[in-house]
Amino acid sequence: MASLYELKDLSKRYTRGKESITIFEELTMSIPQGDFIAIMGPSGSGKTTLLNLLGGIDRPSSGSVECEGVRVDKLSEGKLAKWRSQHVGFIFQFYNLMPTLTAAQNVELPLLLTKLSGKQRKDRVATALDIVGLADRKGHRPRQLSGGQQQRVAIARAIVADPKVLLCDEPTGDLDRASADEILETLQLLNKELGKTIVMVTHDPSAAKYAARELHLDKGRFIEAKAEPAQ
Amino acid sequence: MNDLTLIRKNLFRKKLRAILLTLSILIAFLIFGVLGAFYKVWNSGAELAADNRLVTVNRINFTVTMPYAYWGRIQAVEGVEAASFANWFGGYYQEPTRQVQTFAVDPESYLNVYPELVFEPEQRAAFIANRTCLAVGRDIADFYGWSLGDRIPLLSNIWQKSDGSSSWEFDICAVFDGREDYPANYAMFHYEYYNEDLAFNQDQIGWIVIQTQSADMNASVADTIDTMFANSPAETETATEAAFSEGFANQFGNIALILLFVVGSAFSTILIIVGFTMVTAINERTGEIAVMKTLGFPAPRIFRMVLSESVMLSLVGGLLGLGLAWGMVTLIAAAPGVSAFLPGLSMPQNVFIAGVGLAVLLGLLTGIIPAINAQRVKIVTALGKQ
Repeated sequence: MASLYELKDLSKRYTRGKESITIFEELTMSIPQGDFIAIMGPSGSGKTTLLNLLGGIDRPSSGSVECEGVRVDKLSEGKLAKWRSQHVGFIFQFYNLMPTLTAAQNVELPLLLTKLSGKQRKDRVATALDIVGLADRKGHRPRQLSGGQQQRVAIARAIVADPKVLLCDEPTGDLDRASADEILETLQLLNKELGKTIVMVTHDPSAAKYAARELHLDKGRFIEAKAEPAQ
Repeated sequence: MNDLTLIRKNLFRKKLRAILLTLSILIAFLIFGVLGAFYKVWNSGAELAADNRLVTVNRINFTVTMPYAYWGRIQAVEGVEAASFANWFGGYYQEPTRQVQTFAVDPESYLNVYPELVFEPEQRAAFIANRTCLAVGRDIADFYGWSLGDRIPLLSNIWQKSDGSSSWEFDICAVFDGREDYPANYAMFHYEYYNEDLAFNQDQIGWIVIQTQSADMNASVADTIDTMFANSPAETETATEAAFSEGFANQFGNIALILLFVVGSAFSTILIIVGFTMVTAINERTGEIAVMKTLGFPAPRIFRMVLSESVMLSLVGGLLGLGLAWGMVTLIAAAPGVSAFLPGLSMPQNVFIAGVGLAVLLGLLTGIIPAINAQRVKIVTALGKQ
């Protein structure tokens, strides 16, 4: 598989007061296109930080993040925002939907950054909601939907602009088992059927089993735990 | 959906808060609009003044009279095209509360220097020819129900006749209008008719109106007149008609300063309330702003959206307030008798335009800090707090 991401000698350090905290040091990894990786590890191991670096919402202290030949870490804020809108879909633990917007409007949000016409946007939103099985809930506001349904709306929002990669931060962390399985099956479908590259941070070993690979981040190093999906 | 949808939905996400904020802005602009309309009426004299008209008054102040002879001497000054005079009668009809602004004038010369007063030709001739004639402005005639041919008494709360009475009998022989916005809320009669019966202060006049040959000559004419009467028992002060009107209005206090204080207080309060509320509202949405930035909304676009939200709120409140002010002013102006005392009371276009400008400014001022805060939201920090 062709490589989508190349991370080289990636280091991330935070300063808290006079104290300097190293999250990881000289991390090097490659993420092939079409991969589905579950990143696990203890709290504070830097899973979310790594996801943020991959998504271009945080910058490394040193090293490089390259996506399809683009040095993401070198892009200006404006270019980075544009890059994110075109290449990355984000799925958060707490869904982070806009409470004032309907499901369809939430899904349409990333398309406001494109030059698509209203009709084209509407068609794309319908397709995305159909993929996640919520075509009949397009007029509902987030508070009228269950947690699982809200997360599916969030997935539709993440895929509507057709990004190559989906970055999921504990996507099932706030859901019951049944809803979590539905979400994970949807992610698996997006990976297998639509070829989306998925990087998922999770604490949940059973969630990680849906991924093609499990990586354990510990003390700034990766330990690969599984090479093939179990389910 | 577009940015405007997002702005509108965010603005009205907490309906009670949005309604209360809109109401507070509405009240400020209602005050602004209504006071602006009254201020315009108050200052209409200055606004309607002709460029080449001067007014000479006694240097002590305009309530102190000067000799009638000054009129003749002023007419001979170089640069004077025409001159007339008037004296304040302080009239009322039947009851002191039924005031009628009335001036004793020399009809022919007065109408000559005030072409803004519109008379039917035969009524103009009748006014000039008939020494007991009272020429009445349309607003006053309508208010008191007077018509041509009526004989009415007007009493003065200043002047007395030699027989001890303060009542003059007049025949209404002319009803005049004002051209465009020129007021027609007063009455005029022959100076001679009034002067010959005066018990005191005979042959004295209140002010002289001078029409210069051109506005360029105003300064030299004014200087010549005031020099001519320097060191006399009644020294003069000559100013443009606009300055005289402004001075007349200001005898009741500095209306502009009072209005500025009232409107300024209202707006300062609104600025603080709306400003703080907007900051709080945006702080509550830090997480949502972080998500929008994550999705790829650039910081300048978020800045514009938050600022637009504030401007939209201010414009909604402002336009509603100005609209309500327009309605109130229109209702007041239509009330019986108002046009006689507040001629031309209406919502001036410039007050409306200034109001809209002020609404935009208020929106920008109250929105700038929240917009900067929103623009600066750090995605990682904001999402990390969830």
